[in-house]
Order: sequence, then C-alpha cells, then structure tokens
Amino acid sequence: MLRASVIVFPGSNCDRDVKVALERTVGANVSMVWHNDASVPASDIIVIPGGFSYGDYLRCGAMAAHSAIMRDVVAKAKAGTPVLGICNGFQIVTEAGLLPGVLMRNESLRFTCRDVHLKVEQTDTVFTNAYSKGQVIKVPIAHAEGNYFTSPETLARLEGEGRIVMRYCDRTGKIDQAANPNGALANIAGICDERRRVVAMMPHPERMYEEALGGSDGRGVFESAVGSLVG
Amino acid sequence: MNAPVTTAPAAITPEIIAQHGLKPDEYQRLLKILGRTPSMTELGIFSVMWSEHCSYKSSRVWLRTLPTSGPQVIQGPGENAGVVDLGDGDCVVFKMESHNHPSYIEPYQGAATGVGGIMRDVFTMGARPVANLNALRFGAPGHEKTRHLVSGVVSGIGGYGNCVGVPTVGGETNFDAGYNNNILVNAMCVGLARTDKIFYSAAKGVGLPVIHVGSKTGRDGIHGATMASAEFDEKSAEKRPTVQVGDPFTEKLLIEACLELMATDMIIAIQDMGAAGLTSSTSEMADKGGVGIELNMDLVPQRETGMTAYEMMLSESQERMLVILKPGREAEAQAIFVKWGLDFAVIGKTTDTGRMIITHKGVVEADIPVATLADSAPLYERPWYPCVSPKVILPEWVAAPGSILGALKTMMGGPELCSRAWIWQQYDHMVMGDTIQRPGGDAAIVRVHGTRKGIAATCDVTPRYVLADPEMGTKQAVVETWRNLCAVGADPLAITDNMNFANPERPEIMGQFVASVKGMSEACRALDYPVVSGNVSLYNETNGVGIPPTPAIGGVGLVPDVSKTADLKLNRTGDLLILVGREQGWLGQSLYQSIIAGKLEGAPPAVDLADEIKAGRLVRALIRQGLVSAVHDCSDGGLLVTVAEMALGGNIGVELFPYEGKLPAHAIWFGEDQGRYVLSVAPERAEDVLERARLLALPARIIGRVGGDCVALKGEPPLQLSDLRTTHEGWFPKFMG
Repeated sequence: MLRASVIVFPGSNCDRDVKVALERTVGANVSMVWHNDASVPASDIIVIPGGFSYGDYLRCGAMAAHSAIMRDVVAKAKAGTPVLGICNGFQIVTEAGLLPGVLMRNESLRFTCRDVHLKVEQTDTVFTNAYSKGQVIKVPIAHAEGNYFTSPETLARLEGEGRIVMRYCDRTGKIDQAANPNGALANIAGICDERRRVVAMMPHPERMYEEALGGSDGRGVFESAVGSLVG
Repeated sequence: MNAPVTTAPAAITPEIIAQHGLKPDEYQRLLKILGRTPSMTELGIFSVMWSEHCSYKSSRVWLRTLPTSGPQVIQGPGENAGVVDLGDGDCVVFKMESHNHPSYIEPYQGAATGVGGIMRDVFTMGARPVANLNALRFGAPGHEKTRHLVSGVVSGIGGYGNCVGVPTVGGETNFDAGYNNNILVNAMCVGLARTDKIFYSAAKGVGLPVIHVGSKTGRDGIHGATMASAEFDEKSAEKRPTVQVGDPFTEKLLIEACLELMATDMIIAIQDMGAAGLTSSTSEMADKGGVGIELNMDLVPQRETGMTAYEMMLSESQERMLVILKPGREAEAQAIFVKWGLDFAVIGKTTDTGRMIITHKGVVEADIPVATLADSAPLYERPWYPCVSPKVILPEWVAAPGSILGALKTMMGGPELCSRAWIWQQYDHMVMGDTIQRPGGDAAIVRVHGTRKGIAATCDVTPRYVLADPEMGTKQAVVETWRNLCAVGADPLAITDNMNFANPERPEIMGQFVASVKGMSEACRALDYPVVSGNVSLYNETNGVGIPPTPAIGGVGLVPDVSKTADLKLNRTGDLLILVGREQGWLGQSLYQSIIAGKLEGAPPAVDLADEIKAGRLVRALIRQGLVSAVHDCSDGGLLVTVAEMALGGNIGVELFPYEGKLPAHAIWFGEDQGRYVLSVAPERAEDVLERARLLALPARIIGRVGGDCVALKGEPPLQLSDLRTTHEGWFPKFMG
C-alpha cells in the first residue's frame, strides 16, 4: 500500500482533497503532517497541497518554505523521497529551492478557476508514468499566481534535460498563447527535478479523479506514484 | 442601580443622539428604560441594538407572517442561520445576508467581509461551510462607477472565499440604473452539520466563562450597523473608515479551530461577532440564556492602544467569536486556539443579575438590564400604501422583431443575458472536491462529503418583475428558485431571503415590502418551502432615490443520489426537445420588451402555484428515472433563450420546429411564461413523456430536435453556435476591458 504524507500548513485548503483523492484512486494510507512537526513519517511520497499557506501574505509559499516541516521535506527529497507540489505546493517547493523558477501573478491579474488541457511531455517521472507521452489531459486550475518564470539559462536547461513535465495546450494538444491561462513561460504547467522525483504542477489533479467531478484525467498522477514505487 | 461613571462628554446633546441614528422619541424611550441619562457607552450600545440592521424594527411585524416551519425544519429564523434536516443524521445550515452599503463605499473589503460574515453565521451553528453563493446588483453598465464596483466586488468575494477554501458555486448578477448609487451584494453560505452537533447561542447557566476568540478587537467598523441603516448621500464616501477589513486566512483558522472545539463537549453556547460586534453577541447570548453578563474590557484582546469601552463594544472587527464554555475547561479549549495561532481570552462571566455590566479600568461603563436590550427595541407598524397592479400586456400589443434569431443574438450578447463566466471563473468553485454541478447551470450541486447525497442551491429574483408588482414578483422569485432546484433533480427544502428595499419610512416603499412578504408567504406555503433564515436591508437609497425592490431568494434542495441529476447541457444528438408548461406568450416585463421593443411595461408573468408543483414533480421524476438527458427551466428571455443556453452549454445545435398555434411567433419564443421546462428526450421516449404530462393536465409539446452546429428556425438563416457563443461570451470580458 502506498504510504503518503500530506503536509498541512495553516491556510492549506486542498489538504483534505488530496487525501481523499489518494485514498479513492489508489487506496493510499495517508498521514496528515502539521507544519510545526519536526519530521515527516516514513512515506513513499510527500504531497504539498494547494491553498494559501500562512495566508500567502508575504509572497506565495515564501513563509511555508521556512517552516519547521519543510526542513525535513527538503532533506527527505534530497535523500530520494518523491515530492509532489500542487498549486500553492508548487510555489512552496520553488521557494524552498527544490525546483527552480518562480510563480508570478497571472498575466490577467485575476484569480482563474477553470478546466485547462495539459500535454504530458515527460512520462518518466514518479508522478506521470501512468500517462502516455504526449497525452492531452483535462484538469482544472485555480490560482492567482501561476505564471511560471525563470531565467533563459534555466529554461534552456529545463528544456534540454526534459524537465518540463506538462504544458498548457488546447484540446487538440496545440501549445500556443491562446491555450496559456496565466502567461506562464513556454506554457509551463509542471516541472521536475533532475532525478524526476520532485514534481510540481499548478493544475489540481485531485479535483478530477472521478467522472462525477467532471473527469478522471487527474487519477494518473496518483496511479503513477503507485506504479513507480509499489510492487 | 449604579449610575455608570463615564469618561465621555458630560452632556448627551441632541447632535450626539442624532449622530447615533436615534430619533428623539427613541431617545426618550431609552431614558425611560434606564431611568437616567445614559453614559456614552450605553448610548452607543442602544443605538446599534436599535438600528434597523439589528432590530428589524420596521420589518418584524411583517416577517412574523412568513411560514417558517415544517417537518424538515430543525431551526427556523432567530438563530445565526436556519437548519434543515437531510436525513441520516445530516443537516444543512444556510443563510443569506447583505453587505450593500460597505460594498458601495469600498467594494473589495465590503464584499469580502460580507462573505466572511455569512460563513461565520453558518459555522457558528456547528456546520462546515461547503458552498458560497452570491446575488449581485450593479448600476447600468454605462454608469461611471459600475466597472470599478464589479471589479472590486468580484475580486473581494473571490479573494475571501478562495483563501478560506470554500467553493463559490453559484449566484446571479443584474445591471440596472436603479442600482447606480446603491449596489446590492448579498452573500449566501451553505454548510453541513450533524443533527446531534448543532450549536446555539443561548448562554444557559451562571458563572460560565465568556471567551473572546479569533482576531483582536480594533477600531474598524465602529457603527457599521448604524451606517447600514441609513440612507446615502454625497458624503457617504467619508464613511469609508466604518468599512471593516477582512482577513480570510484568520477566518480559515477560526473555522478549523471552532470545528475542533465543537467536536468536544466543552461548549455551552457560541456566537459570531457580526454587526454590532461584542454588543449584539453578548446581549443576545445572555438574553436567550436568561442570564446576566459581566465583561471586563481590560481583558479584551486589542489591536490598538488606548481603545475605550465604547469603541470595543461597538467595534465590528472581523473574524471574532464569542464562546461560553463549561467552567473549568478553559485550558483545554485554549490549547486548540493556540495550536491554530489565534487569540483566546476570558473576558467575563455569566451572572444571575439579569444585567449587562461593562467595566473598563475599574470604571463601570455600562449597566443595562439585558432583557431591555434585546426586547425593548422599538417596533414600528409603518404606514404603507397598497401597490397598484399594472395592466396585463397582450402579446399582440408588442411589435414583432425583423428576425427572431437576430433578436435572440442581440439579447444573448447584452448585459442582461451574456455569460457570467468572467465572474465565476474568479471564484474557486471546485475546492473541497465535491462540486458535482458547477456555476452556469440552473442550480449548483455539492455532494455531502463521503455520501451519495447532494445539496443543490440557487439564488434568484427578477427585480423588474418585483418593481412592477411586488407581490407577484416575489412569488415568482420563490418559484424560480424552486424550479431551478427541480431542474437539476433536487427536492426543494427551504429558502433564505434577503429583502433589499429603500426607505421604509416612505409609505410606498413600505407598501412594496408588505406586498413582497405576502407574495413570498403565499408561494412558500403552497410549495411547502419554508423560510428558515434571512436578512432585511432597508434604506437602500441615495439622495432620496430608492433601489428597485429586490427580495433575493436563496433556495436549497436535497439530491438523494448525485448520480441521478440533470444539467442544461445538450449531450445527445437526435434527442427531441419537449416544452412542458402553459404558454400564453407573456411579454409584459419581459427582456424582449426591454431590449428589443425598447419599452418595459405591464404586469409581470403570473405564477400558477398548482401548475408549478405538478411540473416540478414531473421533472424530478423524469430525471431520476433517466428519461431526460438535459433539462433547463424557462426564465429570463423566454423559450428561445432557454434552448440557446442548452445548445451553447453542450455545444450541439438545435433544429426548432415551426410553431403552429395562434399566438404571435415572437411571443412564443420570447414570452416569459412561468412554470416551464425544456427537456431533452430520446425520440423513443418522447411519447411516454408527453403522456405523463397529459396525465397531470400539463401542456407539453415537442419543439425541436437536437443536432447540428447552429440554432435553426424555419424561414430564417440559421444562427451558427460559434457565432452566438462569441457574442454571448464576449460581452463581459469586453466590458471589463
């Protein structure tokens, strides 16, 4: 059974959603880990969920990145424990230095909640191996700061190393500005680290795990974790 | 009786009394109750408790006539929110409340704190908020302030709800010059609780600790309730400092901390500090518990230095709750709030004196019999004029358009009917992972977490109908919510109302209110659809110009099985479209009249409550038996708009059959007759559906077929869906720039 730890900060609000999705899709055994705890229990994966950690009052994810628990998350990630950051979790892992770049305010300057299409470009990560390369999936976004940005050098490196895991596209898979919901550089929706074990994405796979919610394309993220780790 | 010593001005002058919004006769009443001159703190306390906002002094006599009970009702009006049974030990807790004046002065914070306040009303009862809705009325699109207000209100609602992590799943928005200087922001919250874990506000017991939790008390919002009870003028912008500032992060922590506390058995009573802050929460809790209360202002967590008792008692600082605990459990409770990083302070205790005694720095600042605060507010039977019913406009009197589909395109591409996606895409409508039907349909559905059941919710009123005929218009508002719930397959349970009216001291306005309550009563009684909570917002006028009467209705229903619901999106080519309901071609007060004919007049469409019940039952049964693939009720814009919305929703076209009856074609396509639904039905099932309508003596006919990529009507060039979509979805983003 997949053992997952979900980190809960004051202001996290997708923590329960991720827990439920992990339980319902792959029957994971989920521990909720409070931000003041010193360490994450032994886990196959760590998930940093969406929300507004510490109110996002300083800069999204900036305060969470300096919390007690994040020191251990970073240490465990470096030791090889896979980490999935979703939405605010993406912002937190970049602030914590696990992944490069920043998430700036959406180009529209507005919070945007709607379904988007993503092209899964890398399927050798812990969280995307259940998809087929180039597969177009539908998953919602809900953020005001999802506009990924980094230096030209870093972008070239991410491209070169095949670390852009998913990009915003239209329903046919076409990647262009019309399909970019927030102004993200190169339509980047998700990236990973060199070892392909830390993956972060702005869209919310946990909101699309069954047809009743409008689709089940998000399941693959959780099924991937099982595929790469268990039996 | 101890005469309170006070640091305030020695003399209470007529100017000071007027500044507190008290009429001279009300001040005389106060003197009589106290038997002496009040201190400034006491004057402040009475002024907010007697404000229209807190006392409902103009509306109470009429509100009492509303039906508020039923087998499904666990708690009707009078608590923080209404509670309705869902079976299996689940219950739904909901209420709607206005934040009109603050939102006009400071749109972002005004709207944000409106959302925060209504969520506190709901979780105070022990419920986890699971859905927010809002009913918004702005001025004419061309008015200089409208865009600024739309932008601020929408981002304020989103900014608060998104951060707290409660999905905003529905609502409605109108533009009308009647709201140019007085917008309406009505926020509704729906929560879920267990029937054996509902919390009330009665502080029963003596010697119990009174705890102030959440944010600290600051100087913001002092006299907010009084402002909300006054008319506006040019100087209203100067009232900006009375608008509170919201902190959704603290609200999120407060929800989690309170729900954690509620899971224990430590609480005697709990109440949020909303309008009139500490004053109203303490006096209501003490009054309901039949006890006295003593508060020491020195112990109140304060955000600013040098605050007076007057300021603390009247502050409307947000994100605060008052909790009465079982004695001896303070440390245990405190640990929960410390964990969530929130203030926790014992500020007083309940007593057997029946008095509210406020001390500060060793001085008694107020000493008031509790019962007089709660019960002694003036009660007015204000004079009112009966409303005059306008004449019924016959369809033949309204000019036909050059082209039916041309008129449709014009209507669908304007502010009245265009897509509201620009608004609701700024609201997180999926967080919590149980949104089964998203915004944009007849009603939203949120699953009861961990079950197959769902809650459906909607907000509706058509102000132009209410303005023309307040009684019929309000009846229509109630049935529209009822119909919207039926259209998604929900059993309607109960409503909350938000009565937004102008100055009740004018008999014609009071007449609108009286007629509106009458219409609501009649509809709710007939539909077995009681009013379980609500809010009245009066004095919505600026420089003597009132708003159109706007009784916003929030309807809530139960979906027994979320896999058996319907939405408005066409999804099966080859289906037949069946219209159920009576057709009279009612063009009076229709959008067709207003937009195409250019003259809005006559009586609004008549509501037949018996037919509504029959049609609603039929539609719910058809949905549950899987006989329909899409359903949409007919409302604003009439039949053709209904069909076009279904086509756009599913991105499948429709071929409409020629109408062969006696009424003018434009009256058939654009008339706003009530009690109607359009159903998408497989051809082999169509006769069965028609027969079932016939058995109920409900008219029903086939109006078209699903398929293609346009709206097609014989005798006119077809209207491409892509073309219609561009117009329909384009207006809002273009307007907002």
